Amino acid sequence: MPEPQENFSPVDDPRLKLVDRAMKRLQYQPDALIEVLHTAQEAYGYLSRELLAHVSAKLKLPESQVLGVATFYHFFTLRPRGEHNCIVCTGTACYVKGAGEIVKAMESSCQVQAGQTTADGRIFLGTARCLGNCSLAPMLTLDGRVHGPETPSGAVEKLQQLLEVQDESN
Amino acid sequence: MNRTELVELAENLEQQRQSMALRLLVCCGTPCVAAGAEAVVAALREKVAVSETPVNVDVVGTGCLGPCSRGPLLTVQRSRETDVIYERITPQQAVSILDACLGKADVPEQGRLPDNFPFFSCQTKVVLATSGRIDPEDIRQYISYGGYGALAQVLHESSPQEICDGMVTSGLRGRGGGGYPTGLKWQLVRKESGVRKFVVANGDEGDPGAYMDRSLMESDPHRILEGMAIAGYAVGAEQGYIYVRGEYPLAAERLRKAIRDAEHLGVLGSRVLDSSFSFRVDIRIGAGAFVCGEETALLASIMGRRGQPRIRPPYPAQAGLWDCPTLINNVETFGNIAAIFTMGPAAFAAIGNGKSRGTKVFALCGEVVNTGLIEVPMGIPLRDIVFAVGGGLPGGAPFKAAQTGGPSGGCIPAEKLDTPVDYENLQALGSIMGSGGLIVMGETSCMVDVARFFMEFCLDESCGKCVPCRTGTIEMYRILTRICNGSARPIDLENLEKLCLMVKETSLCGLGAAAPNPVLSTLRWFRDEYEAHVKERRCPAGVCAMNELPIHEMADELLRRIAAGRVNGEAF
Repeated sequence: MPEPQENFSPVDDPRLKLVDRAMKRLQYQPDALIEVLHTAQEAYGYLSRELLAHVSAKLKLPESQVLGVATFYHFFTLRPRGEHNCIVCTGTACYVKGAGEIVKAMESSCQVQAGQTTADGRIFLGTARCLGNCSLAPMLTLDGRVHGPETPSGAVEKLQQLLEVQDESN
Repeated sequence: MNRTELVELAENLEQQRQSMALRLLVCCGTPCVAAGAEAVVAALREKVAVSETPVNVDVVGTGCLGPCSRGPLLTVQRSRETDVIYERITPQQAVSILDACLGKADVPEQGRLPDNFPFFSCQTKVVLATSGRIDPEDIRQYISYGGYGALAQVLHESSPQEICDGMVTSGLRGRGGGGYPTGLKWQLVRKESGVRKFVVANGDEGDPGAYMDRSLMESDPHRILEGMAIAGYAVGAEQGYIYVRGEYPLAAERLRKAIRDAEHLGVLGSRVLDSSFSFRVDIRIGAGAFVCGEETALLASIMGRRGQPRIRPPYPAQAGLWDCPTLINNVETFGNIAAIFTMGPAAFAAIGNGKSRGTKVFALCGEVVNTGLIEVPMGIPLRDIVFAVGGGLPGGAPFKAAQTGGPSGGCIPAEKLDTPVDYENLQALGSIMGSGGLIVMGETSCMVDVARFFMEFCLDESCGKCVPCRTGTIEMYRILTRICNGSARPIDLENLEKLCLMVKETSLCGLGAAAPNPVLSTLRWFRDEYEAHVKERRCPAGVCAMNELPIHEMADELLRRIAAGRVNGEAF
C-alpha cells in the first residue's frame, strides 16, 4: 500500500510552526519526543513519514527511534483518520452490557471493520479499551462527545444525525 | 504566602462559604455532563442573575459526587440544615427547587434521594472527601476545606524522617494494585543519596472498567498535588511528574490549571509557603499503552521512549528517572496523604481491616443498580458493596460474580460474597485488589468469554519484549477462543492450565505475570462452565455461539449424547 501523500512543505506551514515551536519550548530535548509527537499529531491529524523525519532531525534522534515510539503507542497514527471520529468503548463494563453488538451494528452501518476509515474518508470507526465512563456503559464517543448508555440502533442513528447535520451546513 | 496567611485565608473562605444562605452544587462529572448537567448549571445561574433576592446564592459546578447512573445530580446546601440531594434533575426542576428555597418553602420531594440513602451511608470518604463538593478549578474552594493545611503543617512541624515514620504508622499501602507499604517505599527513597530525586504520580489508569483515578484527577486535582508535595519534602525531591493517561484530556487540563494556581499562590513552586523547600510539578501525557502503568515502563515513557518494562532490581527507588532515585505512587495513594496528616496517622490506621488500612475507592459498574464511584473502608464485605451501596442487580436478578483488578485480577463467585474486601482476602480468592475496578456480573455473563475478553486485552497490550507474555497470551487466547466456539478438546483445558502457570512464572513484568489471573480464577470457581463448553459444546450463559461440527464428529457427538441421555433437539 502506498504511503499517503501529504503536502509537506516546510516553508510557511502554520502547522509545522506549531511543531517547531513546541520543540523549541522543550529546548530540543530528546526526552520530549512523546510530547512533540502529541503536538504534531494534533496539528496534522496524523504523523507522516516526512514529519517524523523532520522531528528526528531536530531532536537529533535516530529516525528508527522516532518511528519506534510513534508505532509503539496506540494514540499515534501514521495514516490520516476520517473527518469524524466514532470510538466505541469496549472496556469491561461496556462489554458486560453489550458493547459487542454496538460495534457490529456500526461496522455494518459504515461498511468497514473497526479500526478503519470509510472509503469516502468521512468516518473513522474505532474501539477503545476503556474510556473511563463505565457508569454510562455501553458508551461511545462521536467526535469526542460522550453518548451513553446506548443501544446498537441508537448509536447508528446518532452517527447518521451527525453526518446529516454536516450535510445541511454545507 | 506563609503558613499564617494560608490559615487566615482558609478561615475567611470558610466563613464566606458558611455565610451563603443557599448553595446549589451541580455535579459536572463526565457522566452527569452527558446527562445534561451543563444546562442545569446555566438555568440556575440565569435564574440567580435575574432574581432580586436579598440572600446570597452560590451555584457551583463540582467534580464527581458518586452515583453516576443517577445524574445529573444536584446538592442543595442551606445554612444550618442537612444537605439534600436530587437525582436526574432537569433545568426546570432545578429552577423550581431554587424558587422553593428562596421562597422559604419546603424543598420539593420529586427526585429527592432519601437522607439515609445507603449508597452514601455505607461509605467512608477520605480521598473523596471534597470531590463533588468543590469546583475542581477553584483552588480557593479546596483551601476553604482546609486544603494545603497538611502541607503547611508538616513543613513547619515535622522532619522528613518523622513524615516517613508517620506514613509507616498509617499503614497505607499502594492503591495502584500492588499494595506495597507506602511508608517503606518513602523510607527507601529518602535514604538514597543523590542530589536529584523525583516524585512521580501514576495516573495511567489502564484497567478497563476502572475510572477512579480519572475522577480524582478531574474532581480534586489539588489533593493530589498536596500529597505529592508532602512526598517531595519527605524524600528530598524538588521535582514531580504526573503521568496522565492520554484518554483523559480533561484531567490533564484541570491538573495544569491546578499547578498554575498553586504556584501563583505560593503553595507549590520555589520556596513553598515561605519555607526553604521548593517543589515543581510537570505533567506528562501518556499515548495509549496499558503497559505504561508498570512503573519501569512508565519511567521510560516519561523519558520519551517506548514504554517497555525492564528487569528490577534496580528498583526505581534506587535508579529511576535519569537513573536518579524516584518515588512512584498511584494518584489515589497521593490522594490519601493530606488526610493522613490532617487526621493523624494513628486515626487513619484505625480505619480498615488486618494489614489493609484506610479506605479504597472503587468504580462500581456492570450489572448493578447504582453504578458510580464509591469509597469504602477496607474490610467491608463484598456483599455490602454490591447490595447495600450498589443496590443489587437490576430487577433483583441473581448475582453471579464480581470482577476486580481488571485484566490482572479475577472473578469472585456468589458463595464468596461475604469475604472482607482487602488485599490479603482478595488474593486468597485468586483475585487482586487492583486499582479499583469492580464489575458486577449476572447470569447473562459467560465466565469463559470473560476470560477470553481479558486475554484479548492482554495480548493486544503486551509490549512484546519478553517471549512468555508475547506468545503465551496469543496461545492462551487461541485456546480460549476454541473453547468458546466449541472446537476445543479436553486436552486444551489441561494445556491452558499449564500455559497459565508458565506465563505467570516467567514473564518479565506484572502485565504478563498477571495476565493468566482471569483464566485461573474462572477455572477455579467456574470450572463447570469450561467443561460444559468443552465436553457438551454448550454455553450455560447462552453467550458463546458454537461452530458447526464436521459431519464425522457430529456422528460421534450424537453417540456421546445418546450415551449421556442428552438428546433433546439441541443444536450441534
